[in-house]
Amino acid sequence: MAAAPSIARGLAQDKPPVVWDIHCHLTNVPGATPEDRMAEIVKYMGRMGIDRVMLSLGYPLLMNPPPEQLREENNQVLQAIKSRPDRAYGFVYLNPNYVQASLDEFDRCVRDGPMVGVKLLVAKRCNAPELDPIVERATALQAPIMQHTWMKVGGNEPGESTPYDIVELAARHPGARLICGHAGGDWELGIRVVRSSKTLCVELAGSHPTAGFMEMAVRELGAERIIYGSDAFGRSFASQLGKVMGAEIPESARRLIFGENLRRILTPILRAKGYA
Amino acid sequence: MIDVNVNLSRWPFRRLAGDDPEGLAARLRTRNVSRVWAGTFDGVFHKDLSSANERLVNDCTRYGAGILVPFGSINPKLPDWQQDLRRCGEEYKMPGIRLHPNYHGYPLTDPVFANLLHLASARRLVVQLAVCMEDERTQHPLMRVPPVDLSPLPDLLKNEPEARVVILNSDHLHNVEQLQKLAAAGNAHFDISMVEGVGGVARLAQKISVRRVLFGSHYPLFYFESALLKVREAGLTETERQAVLEENARGMVAS
Repeated sequence: MAAAPSIARGLAQDKPPVVWDIHCHLTNVPGATPEDRMAEIVKYMGRMGIDRVMLSLGYPLLMNPPPEQLREENNQVLQAIKSRPDRAYGFVYLNPNYVQASLDEFDRCVRDGPMVGVKLLVAKRCNAPELDPIVERATALQAPIMQHTWMKVGGNEPGESTPYDIVELAARHPGARLICGHAGGDWELGIRVVRSSKTLCVELAGSHPTAGFMEMAVRELGAERIIYGSDAFGRSFASQLGKVMGAEIPESARRLIFGENLRRILTPILRAKGYA
Repeated sequence: MIDVNVNLSRWPFRRLAGDDPEGLAARLRTRNVSRVWAGTFDGVFHKDLSSANERLVNDCTRYGAGILVPFGSINPKLPDWQQDLRRCGEEYKMPGIRLHPNYHGYPLTDPVFANLLHLASARRLVVQLAVCMEDERTQHPLMRVPPVDLSPLPDLLKNEPEARVVILNSDHLHNVEQLQKLAAAGNAHFDISMVEGVGGVARLAQKISVRRVLFGSHYPLFYFESALLKVREAGLTETERQAVLEENARGMVAS
């Protein structure tokens, strides 16, 4: 892989950080085919110094997709990552409202396919018991689960999880590799909610680049529990990279957040698949 | 580089790195910023805007070392706001002012806004209009403030051809029709602090002309690097990049 240009203010220029983005979607990317869209993503990755993205969700994006649509969206991701295996891994999109279909899709895409993680969105709050077989299946293969969470002052959507929900889920599954997506959006609340759940990591994408986010997360959680993500193409890579680049945190923390943490979490499944 | 969207003083809901004027100026210098159009958070929340603006001027003079250029706040719902406007123009020699219609409690259809726009334009003051300050979804529960509705602005600009307006803190691409109406109606410019989506700044430039796009970071409430990286992500030519980073803003205050 060609060395990506360093984006890092304050980082040694002779050793740029490895940047792995856990939160990238095919949705809203220009291009007629998944391969075209992947090429567009890679163009911007090169420009911004991002080494690898975890790709999930296709198009049209549905919030509560039935099994056939789930399969269609995952097929699009499979096509995309097949075209650029050097720059992307896939996370399988599952819907806990269809448990058996989700388990089958996990087996098809992760156990028997090239994907390495799970993406859960807003179909059902993640404290529901229907999540348990999905989490058990993923944990058995040491696949991380990226769960969307938000805490909106005006109230969440009906199936939209909060950090409280993922804390409940983590308590039931202490061996699971659960990631609290968006750090709850309102990160000053989300960080506090997950602080004592030591197995939980937070992901930083999908909110304005509000200053203080990374400083608080490093202070309260430790840099080892923070993972860079962008939520591209809805969000820009730039605004989310800026959260880490602009933060007044140690260089070692920046490197953990940008890539080292995610690589550590993924290492077992990557090794099992022969990718690492 | 000219950053058209910075605030001094303290944001009430969070301490920020750089919320002291000396620290702010020092941090901006390390980022190679040559000029900053500096408003004040006090201008959003205080009623005594006369002292807020005086403090802003003093801080810019004392700590700015030529970098910080004060943009006073005007609240046209306050008694005798015209005096504040006069001071900004005549006494402080400011190049512009900053407005927060949603925090100050008036829609753009309020005649007082048209009056303010007229008087500011007569004084050759750039008018910066902040659409919001933060994500509506994460506001303090007792301080929920919806964004400014810009839909009346194109007609107002048509009636005020001398007005020079900068729209701050908006993802302008969410309403392209309105964006293009604004750009066509008059001398409206747009900052990039809340422009989102991959390549968003390039798309903004395509929709309205790169000459209307200004580098604004919303620092220190936002991480400065976000705006800087957006310019990089846009893949602009060197000429376009210089326009966004500096020349467009310089042209606004020179005209």
